[in-house]
Amino acid sequence: MRRRILLLHAHPMPHRSRVNRHLVTAAESIAGITIRHLYELYPDYMIDVDAEQKLLLDHDIIVLQHPFFWYSAPALVKEWLDLVLQYGWAYGEGGTALQGKSLLQSVTTGGAAEVYCSAGRNRHTVREFLLPFEQTARLCGMTYLDPFVVHGTGQLQTEADLAPHSQAYCTLLSNLASGIDLPPSP
Amino acid sequence: MSDPGFFQSALVYLTAAVISVPIAKRLGLGSVLGYLAAGVGIGPHVLGLVGGSSSSSEVMHIAESGVVVMLFLIGLELKISALWRMRGTLLGLGGSQMLACGMILGVGAWLWGIELKSALLIGFILALSSTAIVLQTLREKSLHATAGGRHAFATLLFQDIAVIPLLAILPLLASTSASAANDIHSATHLSGAMQGLAICAAIASVVLAGRWLLPFLFSYIANAGLREIFTATALLLVLAIGGLMSLVGLSPALGAFVAGVVLASSPYRHELEGDLEPFKGLLLGLFFISVGASMDLQLILKDPLGITLLLAGFVIIKGSVLAALGKLFNFAPGATPLYTLSMFQGGEFAFVLFSQATTLGILTLDQSARFNAIVALSMALTPLALLAGRNWLKPPTDSDATPHREADAIEHSSPVILAGFGRYGNYVGRLLRSQGFRPVVLETDAEHVELTRRLGFEVHYGDATRLDILHAAGAQHAKLLVIAISDEETIDLLVATARRHFPHLEIVTRATGMDHRLRLIQQGVHHVFHELAGSALDAGTQTLRLLGIPAYPAERAARKFRRWDIESARDLAPIRLQDESAYFAIIRERVANLESLFRSDPTHEGSADAKAWQPPSSPKTPPAQT
Repeated sequence: MRRRILLLHAHPMPHRSRVNRHLVTAAESIAGITIRHLYELYPDYMIDVDAEQKLLLDHDIIVLQHPFFWYSAPALVKEWLDLVLQYGWAYGEGGTALQGKSLLQSVTTGGAAEVYCSAGRNRHTVREFLLPFEQTARLCGMTYLDPFVVHGTGQLQTEADLAPHSQAYCTLLSNLASGIDLPPSP
Repeated sequence: MSDPGFFQSALVYLTAAVISVPIAKRLGLGSVLGYLAAGVGIGPHVLGLVGGSSSSSEVMHIAESGVVVMLFLIGLELKISALWRMRGTLLGLGGSQMLACGMILGVGAWLWGIELKSALLIGFILALSSTAIVLQTLREKSLHATAGGRHAFATLLFQDIAVIPLLAILPLLASTSASAANDIHSATHLSGAMQGLAICAAIASVVLAGRWLLPFLFSYIANAGLREIFTATALLLVLAIGGLMSLVGLSPALGAFVAGVVLASSPYRHELEGDLEPFKGLLLGLFFISVGASMDLQLILKDPLGITLLLAGFVIIKGSVLAALGKLFNFAPGATPLYTLSMFQGGEFAFVLFSQATTLGILTLDQSARFNAIVALSMALTPLALLAGRNWLKPPTDSDATPHREADAIEHSSPVILAGFGRYGNYVGRLLRSQGFRPVVLETDAEHVELTRRLGFEVHYGDATRLDILHAAGAQHAKLLVIAISDEETIDLLVATARRHFPHLEIVTRATGMDHRLRLIQQGVHHVFHELAGSALDAGTQTLRLLGIPAYPAERAARKFRRWDIESARDLAPIRLQDESAYFAIIRERVANLESLFRSDPTHEGSADAKAWQPPSSPKTPPAQT
C-alpha cells in the first residue's frame, strides 16, 4: 500500500539555501508527495492550525526538512510544533490523531560528520541533539525514523557534490512511499 | 415677543436663578434649594416681582414640562429589558409604598379632623413624592445609581402611574354638582372604560411610533443636517407625547418616560440626550422657582406653630413608613436611610390634585392652602435632610454604590468610544468586537448609521466633537477614545476637545498624512496612525514577493519599514514646527540611509554582512548553522 508523504520544508531564506533547496527540488519527483514551505506560508508566523492538522491527518509519513540551526530547527518549526500538536488532538486525553504515523527529520549541518560525536567538537551526535523531536514524536504515538542528515554543507559546492545526497534522499522517500520500512530508530 | 412683560419675567426669573443657585451650590445645599429660594424671593410675598397666582400657575405649567423632559431623558437611559428587570421592585415596593403611606397618612388626616373619605384622598395625595426633587437631588449627588436611589426611582415610577386612579377618583368624591366635576380634567369627559381604552391606545401609539415611525423621522431630519431642527424635533416629540398623555388623562411625564424607553435602543439616543439636557435643566429650574414662588408665606407666618406641627406630623409619619418599608423589603445596608431621606416630601402632583379637590369642594380653601404649604416646605427640606443625613449616617450613603451595582439599569459604560464608523472605523470596531469589546460608536452620517445597525452593530448618531455628545457617550468613564474620522480638521477639533475636557482619555487616532501625523504627535498624542500606511505596506510586501523576494524576508522588510517610519515620525515631530529646512535635511538623510539600513537585515538577499543562520560562503565551520 502506498503511503502518503507530507514534506514540511522550513528555511527562512530559501534564496540563500543551497543544499536544502537542492534536496527539496529533488523530492518533488516523488509521486504523490505534498511539499509545504513553512516560511513562505507563514512569514508572519500566523500558522493556520486547522489547515496543518488536516494535512497531517491526510498523510502517513511526515518529513520535517530544515537546516540544523543552533543544534535544532529554525524558529518557525518550533512555533509549528507548539501550535499544531495540540493536547487532546496529538497527545494527552483523546489525542490520537497522529498515532501510527512516522516522522522523518531531514537536516543539513555545516559541520562535518566527525565533529558530531562524544570525542568531537560538538560533543554529541546529531541524534542526541534531535532528542526533543524524537520524544515529541513518541509522545504523539508516532514512529521516529532514523534522521536523514547531510553534513559539511560548506563543502558541497557543485552539482556533482550534491547529486549523491539528493539521490539517497529520493531513494529513501520513495521507499517510504511504497511501504518499504526503514529500520525504526534504535 | 414684543410683549415687554415677557422680557421682564424672563429677566426676573433668570436673575433670581443666576444669583441664588450658585450660592446654594457653594453652600453645599444643592441647586434645588437655590431655585426654591429664588422662587420665594421673587414671589408675591417677598419682592412681589412675579405676580399673583394666575401668572405663576401659568409659569408652573410651562415649568412642568421640565419634569416631562427629565422623565423622557431617564427613559432614554433605560432599555426595556432593564425596566423589565425592575418590575418586582416597581410593583412590590411602589405599590406597598403608596398603600401604606396613603392609608396611614389618611388616618392621620382623619384624626386631625377631616371627614374619612376626604382624609384618605389627602393621604394618598401626600403619599406621592416629588420626582423632580428626588431625581435632581440624587443625580447631583451621584446617588441615583446606588441601591437606595434605584428603589426611590422605582417607587417614583409607580407613583406616576398611581396618579391616574387618583385623578379618576376625585370627581366621585365631589359633593358639588357634576358640572363642576366635568371641567377638572378633559379625560373625565369619557367614561371609565372609554378612558381605559384611550390610555391603552395612546401608549400603544407611542410605542409603535417610537419603534417604527420615529427612527425614520430622525434619520430624515438628521440627513437635512440642521442641528437646531433636530433639537426642535426632539422637543416637539417630548411635548407632543406629554400633550397626548394628558389628553387621555395620563401623567405627561409617564408618557414621556414610555417614549424614552422605546427610543433607548435607537441610534439617536445620544443626540437626543445631548440636545434635551440643557432644556431639562432650565425647565426644571423654572419649575422649582415656581414652586418657591407659590409658597404661601403669609399663611406660614400667620400660623407658624400649626404649620410646623402639621409639617412635622406629615414628615414623621411618611418618613417612618418609608423606613419601615426599607426594613420590610430588606434593603441593602445604607439604602434605607437614603430612601427615607430622599422620598419623604410631597410631590408636585399634590399641588394639582389639591387645587382640583378644592374646586370640587372636597377640601376647603384653608385646608388646601395648608397642605400646599407643607408639601412645598417638605420639598425644600429634602436637600437639607440629605445634607444632614450625609453627615450623621456613619457610612456616607454613596459607599453602597460599589457592592450593589448588579441591576444598575441607568448605567451603561464601555471603556472605548469609537468616533467614526466609516471605511476606517468599521475595521477598528470589528476587530474590537472580535475580542468581546463593545465600543460606544459615534457616527454623523445618518445613512451610514442605519446600514451599520442593520449589520448588527450598536452605532449612535452623533457628532463626537460636541461636548454634550461625548458626555452622553460616557467619556467621563471611558478609558480610550479611538478617532477614525476622515476629515483632518474634525480630527484636530476632537483631539482638542477630548484633551481639554477629558484629560484622562487615552487617544488613539487616525492621521490623514505625514504632516498631520507630525502635528498630532507634537501635540502629545501618543498613538497616531497614518491612515494609509497599513494598506500601502501590504501592497508593497506583495510587490516584493512578486519580484521574487521570499515571503519571510519581504515580511520582515515591511515590518522594519513600518517601525522605521514610526520612529522617523516621532523623531521628526519636534523639528517639523521649529525649523523647516532642518526638517527637510533630516528627511533627505533618512531616505538616503534607508537602503543601507535594510541591507543590514539578516534576511536581506544582498546583505554581505548577514550573520544569522547561514555562513557567508566560507567553507569554515560557522557558528550558526552547526
